[in-house]
Amino acid sequence: MVKIALVSCGTEYSGIQKEIEKAATTFGAQIVIPEIDLDYIDEAYEKFGFSAQSSSLKLMIARAMSIVEGKSKADAVFIATCFRCAEGALVRNEVRRFIQENTRIPVVTYSFTERTKADELFIRMEALSTTVARRSILAREKQEGLTLGIDSGSTTTKVVLMENNEIIGSGWTSTKDIMESVAKGADEAFEGTGYSMDDIDGIGTTGYGRLTIGKKLKAELVQEELSVNAKGAVYLAGHQKGEATVLDIGGMDNKVITVNNGIPDNFTMGGICAGASGRFLDMTSRRLDVDITELGPLATKGNFKKAMLNSYCIVFGIQDLVTTLAAGGSKKDVAAAACHSVAEQVYEQQLQEIDIREPLIQVGGTSLISGLVKAVSETLGGIDVVVPEYSQHIGAVGAALLVSGMGKRQENR
Amino acid sequence: MVKVAIFPPNSLILADLIERKGYVALALQKAIRKKVKDPDIDSPPMNITEDDPIKGLKYAAIEVPSGVRGRMAIIGPLLDESEAAIIIDDAPFGFGCIGCARTNELSIFYLRKKGVPTLELIYPKTKDETTDMVNRINTFLDSLTLSKDSNKENNGKNNVKEENNG
Repeated sequence: MVKIALVSCGTEYSGIQKEIEKAATTFGAQIVIPEIDLDYIDEAYEKFGFSAQSSSLKLMIARAMSIVEGKSKADAVFIATCFRCAEGALVRNEVRRFIQENTRIPVVTYSFTERTKADELFIRMEALSTTVARRSILAREKQEGLTLGIDSGSTTTKVVLMENNEIIGSGWTSTKDIMESVAKGADEAFEGTGYSMDDIDGIGTTGYGRLTIGKKLKAELVQEELSVNAKGAVYLAGHQKGEATVLDIGGMDNKVITVNNGIPDNFTMGGICAGASGRFLDMTSRRLDVDITELGPLATKGNFKKAMLNSYCIVFGIQDLVTTLAAGGSKKDVAAAACHSVAEQVYEQQLQEIDIREPLIQVGGTSLISGLVKAVSETLGGIDVVVPEYSQHIGAVGAALLVSGMGKRQENR
Repeated sequence: MVKVAIFPPNSLILADLIERKGYVALALQKAIRKKVKDPDIDSPPMNITEDDPIKGLKYAAIEVPSGVRGRMAIIGPLLDESEAAIIIDDAPFGFGCIGCARTNELSIFYLRKKGVPTLELIYPKTKDETTDMVNRINTFLDSLTLSKDSNKENNGKNNVKEENNG
């Protein structure tokens, strides 16, 4: 059983201890609390050097130190502090960095409220368990045979057919009825390849609908999107060795994943505000009466500073854009302002929580909006942002890659 | 039977000194014991559920982290009940602690603002200072009955607040 060490400042006082344990148990993991003695707290705290006022944060530091020094055994670490606590956020980040710099133990961080439920933690616990228990699968760098990858996202369903390390077919359709969307996407992917569902060796599924699809299609791999997307991104970007950051601004939530040799070691997921999602750009393009595919090129020609955008809220943000247009502002400036708004919010809410490691690989449907990619690069001080081919199919590619070698359908036939 | 709030709220030494004088120590352990002895253990280990940080809104606003409000949901009612208080500042966590500096600040402020007879001392560093601390606490506790009677006579306007640097 995978042992996940809980390093927190007091999840029990927020009433969410059982939710954390429930999330871990769901994915075959067990929450353990690193036990340390009183004297060690002072010793570890002084060695670490962060002058925290709260004694629970001192305890957090000591627990992290005991893991790094091998006094406590853990396969993975879950670091959690209260949402909105500045001191907690500082210690959480430094403790995370400390464990990552000194061990190869996967770490996940989270800031919680009393409303935190096990469902929100599932993906994090699953990714932690996967990284520990399925490290060999994640080490796969080359696709073999004929495999189908399905990414059932909140907004769109992506299907990719791969053969001998090449993408030979792809499908992309909006997610409605989950299985019907998969069927439609798969038809597109098989079209012109001469293959059908009967010819494939294995199926890998990821995304929100992965469990349902996995069950119905008897998929060989059913995997959360963090590991799969990270793998798909570094594979398509040709960056399977070394460090990288994967950014996926999605329709409903955003993911930032840091990767080391193709294995995710940290990530943040945000989904609190629609103003920081692809949905805002979708609404902007509709208001500007341009197709979403035209929004990016339009934005790259504009100057975001010329459009008033005082609010990050999707409702008030659109109102601001309407006001700018009414005052004679140009569509290109409005498009640029919308892209900048999303990039800034993603930066403020998520990218700051994580160590950005170059190259930054931007993926997902929104990575096709060139204006957003430019805005992300500018917001991060002009760093190089890589958008690989098939970036919108990243999850499906990752699933098709990871399932290769697992599926034996043709042999069993 | 004067009800005496203590800070740190789970200090066994303070609770013991108070109970030896026949008073009621408003210790955190008793409140937690009550919670875990409830018929349904909904949220181990302390049976604090998501409803508690919401109850804590009485003491701290919604923008305050849930951990502070969850702690205040337990500590707050003890402070409300208090008729006197003993606060030990800068105590090491072995003496008792609630783990969160913001909760500490809020609890101490709440006690000071309440205006009940309060003894505030700094945690002793030497044997002499320790003896002095215990003596001061005993003297303070002895004075409480008198102080309470005096309050009654003066309609509660004669609160005594003794402060000492230890």
